[in-house]
Amino acid sequence: MDLSNVAIVGSFETDLGVVTDRGPMALGVQATLGAIADAGLQASAIDGLITCNSLVTPVMYHAEATAEYAGLTPGHCLSVGTGGGTTYTALRYAAAAIQTGLATTVVVSMADSMRSFMTRDRAMAVQSSSGHPLFEQPYGPTVPAYYALIARAHMDTYGTTEAQFAEAMVSSRAWAHLNPTAQYRERVTVDDVLASKPIADPLKLLDCSIVSDGGAAVVLTTLERARDLPHAPIVLKGYGEGHHYEHISQAKDLTKSAAADSGKAALAGAGIEPADIQLAQLYDCFSPALLIQLEDLGFCEKGTGGEFLASGATRPGGNLPVNTHGGMLSHCHPGNPGAIFGLTEAIRQYRGEAKERQLAHLEHTLLHAQGGIMSSHATVVLGRAN
Amino acid sequence: MSDYKKPLPEIQPYSQPFWDGTKKGLLLIQHCNACDANIFYPRRDCPECWSQDLGWIKASGRATVYTYSVTYEGVEQKFVEDLPIILAWIDLPEGIRMHTNLVECQPEDVAIGMEVEVVFRSITEDITLPFFRPV
Ligand SMILES: [Zn+2]
Repeated sequence: MDLSNVAIVGSFETDLGVVTDRGPMALGVQATLGAIADAGLQASAIDGLITCNSLVTPVMYHAEATAEYAGLTPGHCLSVGTGGGTTYTALRYAAAAIQTGLATTVVVSMADSMRSFMTRDRAMAVQSSSGHPLFEQPYGPTVPAYYALIARAHMDTYGTTEAQFAEAMVSSRAWAHLNPTAQYRERVTVDDVLASKPIADPLKLLDCSIVSDGGAAVVLTTLERARDLPHAPIVLKGYGEGHHYEHISQAKDLTKSAAADSGKAALAGAGIEPADIQLAQLYDCFSPALLIQLEDLGFCEKGTGGEFLASGATRPGGNLPVNTHGGMLSHCHPGNPGAIFGLTEAIRQYRGEAKERQLAHLEHTLLHAQGGIMSSHATVVLGRAN
Repeated sequence: MSDYKKPLPEIQPYSQPFWDGTKKGLLLIQHCNACDANIFYPRRDCPECWSQDLGWIKASGRATVYTYSVTYEGVEQKFVEDLPIILAWIDLPEGIRMHTNLVECQPEDVAIGMEVEVVFRSITEDITLPFFRPV
């Protein structure tokens, strides 16, 4: 489907990091209303609302509940659940709704509060629930342990080293250091990462994403309407998804993922190659996930993700800036909404508002997110409207 | 009633023979009589050909380690007593891959490609879980 006459016209991030005075619903509403105002629109203009359910305080009809709380009465509500991939799946549904006339102006909004509104034991239970209930959960699996299986398989197959995985956090913190809204901003070295405490060997604390509170929202409408709104429209040039399994234990090969299908479809839709991307906002829940995405999305050859990260290409000044906001390793990771900050940062970059992180030239951005353990993949290519 | 607090599998009609097997010290693998596929985890429909003509074969009980990790932190309280947990995915000669824990060994004893064998631990009256240990 050609999505290129749909534009992103509004964007807003709530307070991020540790937010104790508002829970997930209040954050989601703050994000929704903030994005509508940023687009220069009134609440009455919104006829579609797409959200992601909260892990902390799930509700039965999440988008409807958000609309009710915010005083919106949209003609279309949808709660999407593809885990960490939800942001970009939701973005595509929003674009498709506009394209097909189901709605004209849609808000995609998500927020959660894993840091401040969930006990540690409950958080552990939620994350271990990604394992198969009958044949995996009895063995005490954790999400870091699953990613550690992937890291070990990549090390065994391609000779990737723990020091190369550590480069993911080095790059993330180099960017986060430049971002006042990032939760962790101290620069780190490879040795710092290697010396951090083991969580699930071979992964250490600093191979893992952080836990945060926060939310964000964006507004999409037709390119035609966008011409009359305050911000220069950003358009969706390409979109792809890939789903090879739900439980990672059913993967045929742990070192490859459906990101390859998803990325290929999105780049083909945009009519470009990986070399045409100036900014990649990827899903860095754990260092091996980032490394494998760099390979599967075609930014480097399969098996060379470790060398690519170690080359500094993804850091400030590198050839392929990745997660210029700091990503989920350092900036904000409240639960399933984690990837939306990759999108809001890309919008900031297009608007020239990224200050010290501002890229000199930006035409195409690739956004990628995944749900489950490398399970449910979605890729978006953004560009400027002609 | 058992005071066992960790998650236990719910026995389904189509997985009953698997759990009957583990109680008797047998590792049974679901087998499709229509297309000859071996299937894990057990289900009601063959994922290769959708046949419901499924039976069971007895596995040798041997396997090799495809990959593994060692959990030191970040488990629910009820699993803390098991730390460090060696989570492994093992390849059976019957052509299937299983998720398990390696037991009766230390993390430093484990390597990708090493041979392991099944060992059964009775958990409750109904459930005996298969684990694996180095050969
Ligand atoms: Zn079959």
